[in-house]
Amino acid sequence: MPEGAAGAAPWPVSLRRGDSAVRVVVVHPDLLGTYGDGGNGLILARRLQWRGLPVELIQAMSGSPVPGSGDVYCLGGGEDAAQHRAAAELADGNPLGQAVDNGAAVLAVCAGFQVLGHRYPSADGQERDGLGLLDIDTRKGTGRRPVGELVVTPSPGLGLPQLTGYENHGGLTTLGPGARPLGRVDAGIGNGGGDGSEGAVVGRVIGTYMHGPVLARNPALADLILSSVVGKLDPLDDSEADSLRAERLQAVTIPRRNGRWRWTDRLTSRR
Amino acid sequence: MGRASRLAGRGGGGVIGGRVTLLVDPDALARLAAGRRSVLISGTNGKTTTTRLLAAALATAGPTATNSGGANLPYGLVAALSSAPPGGLAALEVDEAYLGQVAEAVRPEVVCLLNLSRDQLDRINEVRMLAGRWRQVLEGASGEAAAGGPVVVANADDPMVVWAASGAARVVWVGAGLSWRLDATGCPRCEGRIQFTDTAWSCGDCGFARPDADVSVDEIALTDRSGRRHPFTLSLPGQCNRSNAAMAAAAASLLGGDEARALTAMEPVADVTGRYGVVRVGGVPARMLLSKNPAGWMEIFDFLRPAPAPVVVAINSRIADGRDPSWLWDVPFERLADRQVVATGERCRDMAVRLRYAEVDHVMVEDAVAAVAEAHRLGDRSASVDVVANYTAFQGLRRLAVDA
Repeated sequence: MPEGAAGAAPWPVSLRRGDSAVRVVVVHPDLLGTYGDGGNGLILARRLQWRGLPVELIQAMSGSPVPGSGDVYCLGGGEDAAQHRAAAELADGNPLGQAVDNGAAVLAVCAGFQVLGHRYPSADGQERDGLGLLDIDTRKGTGRRPVGELVVTPSPGLGLPQLTGYENHGGLTTLGPGARPLGRVDAGIGNGGGDGSEGAVVGRVIGTYMHGPVLARNPALADLILSSVVGKLDPLDDSEADSLRAERLQAVTIPRRNGRWRWTDRLTSRR
Repeated sequence: MGRASRLAGRGGGGVIGGRVTLLVDPDALARLAAGRRSVLISGTNGKTTTTRLLAAALATAGPTATNSGGANLPYGLVAALSSAPPGGLAALEVDEAYLGQVAEAVRPEVVCLLNLSRDQLDRINEVRMLAGRWRQVLEGASGEAAAGGPVVVANADDPMVVWAASGAARVVWVGAGLSWRLDATGCPRCEGRIQFTDTAWSCGDCGFARPDADVSVDEIALTDRSGRRHPFTLSLPGQCNRSNAAMAAAAASLLGGDEARALTAMEPVADVTGRYGVVRVGGVPARMLLSKNPAGWMEIFDFLRPAPAPVVVAINSRIADGRDPSWLWDVPFERLADRQVVATGERCRDMAVRLRYAEVDHVMVEDAVAAVAEAHRLGDRSASVDVVANYTAFQGLRRLAVDA
């Protein structure tokens, strides 16, 4: 497809593929790509490539079946109508569910995260069926839309440093007993279900409200996902990402240390 | 708060006057617009340039009020109209979220709709919602007015704009092009999928399709509604500005002007509120370019100095820029390969990480003046440095610049 043509990926990347190439699939970037989340797929692919591992980055546009043979799937944020269309296409034949059963990892952000649950809301609050890959439920929020920086302490056991992202969503998500949170909210709203949680993890399926894109700001999360597919990874030079992380974390926490609304804000997000 | 801050970065003292006027007289905009023949210009990209080009064209016919500084909220419009004599013509840029409110007060003869794409997603959540609101405004206006409401000059290549404009009683379609299509892949009428070819688009589900263009533009000429070709050469660079000129010429002709004369008046415009102009930043000649979203960047790539000329990219994330710069990942910065990029601005770290994954050589220089000096040092020192900045980064650099 020529560059700039309808639905063409905005990042023209061609990565060499060997026989054992890791397949990173960006799911419906033409529908679920509103907040730069397509970057997550590029980041995963580059981090393999820089380590000398063969990789294939696949932009799976809507309208054709999503390949079931991927190793990592990335879903991003999107507008209401686009989310609905993506969910309907993914329900047909359930390629994601099959890939997960075969051991694939999934990173789903915002609208993509919601679609992986049991139910998610349309813009007018109507309930729609999700794919059921995560034991979560999302309903339409009633208060102000959570928009802003999000800082999260990851759940113990993930072995991750503090996470940083930018949230912008209308839905509020509650976790069922079959899902654990990606982490606890230090600043921002996160899932917004009242328990102070952010995101969800079930097996190799990770959901989050963090844009940014999340893997640009959190390379350790990228490597956690990749190592679940290819095993132990050599370190990379992440000094630029570390500098970005430090600046973002400081931009959020320092004003709050002096801000008089800090404690009430924390109480509401943790109640 | 957001509006005030957004505005504070945009206008001069006249805008403060506009705010005061509106506080005292909430109907000031309607009162000041009464008796004028007005054109409103809105869209995500190209508003300020199109308004500047249209004002140049209209000025050949008579006194023309315009908010040439880009102050495009109601108070900015009040300021622009207060400083012009009553009557006459007006070319007014309007923020895309305020089009309904402004159209109701101003009662324009012509509304120009350029394009709609992702921009400031923390403020305007959905492109599609905005298109729907525009459509309602135009349906309402054409229903009420005895004369059928404003004539809409609309970009036939943008499905979101076509959906909005189809609410109007009368539309002049301009083939103005669309360099960024990822916000228009979902059909605004039925939620089906829009398919694009090089010259057309249509929805595979409901048949909603590109209307035939009444006016078109290519590298050489504008073709008007009667099929006559008018060759023109702009001082402004890029095909996007030729499209902006075509939109402006179509609007000017609806007010009784003639396309050829309008285009001639637009040709010498070389600087639009500091954009495209060469200034000196810390003693270094710099060509100042504004780009604040993926669609804008697609146009910038079109006329950036070719590699290996270094380029400075300045990114802020204040309210007027949108707080979330994750749109940097929607821009194919891979196209900047084979040159050095100097990342600067308050969010230079986001840009540096983006460039790392794009595998584009770069350095990060937080101070904008030092960044321009660094690009000058890295490149051919005889040439001016291209500086591409988003909104407040651009304003900040302009304040530090002196005329070349």
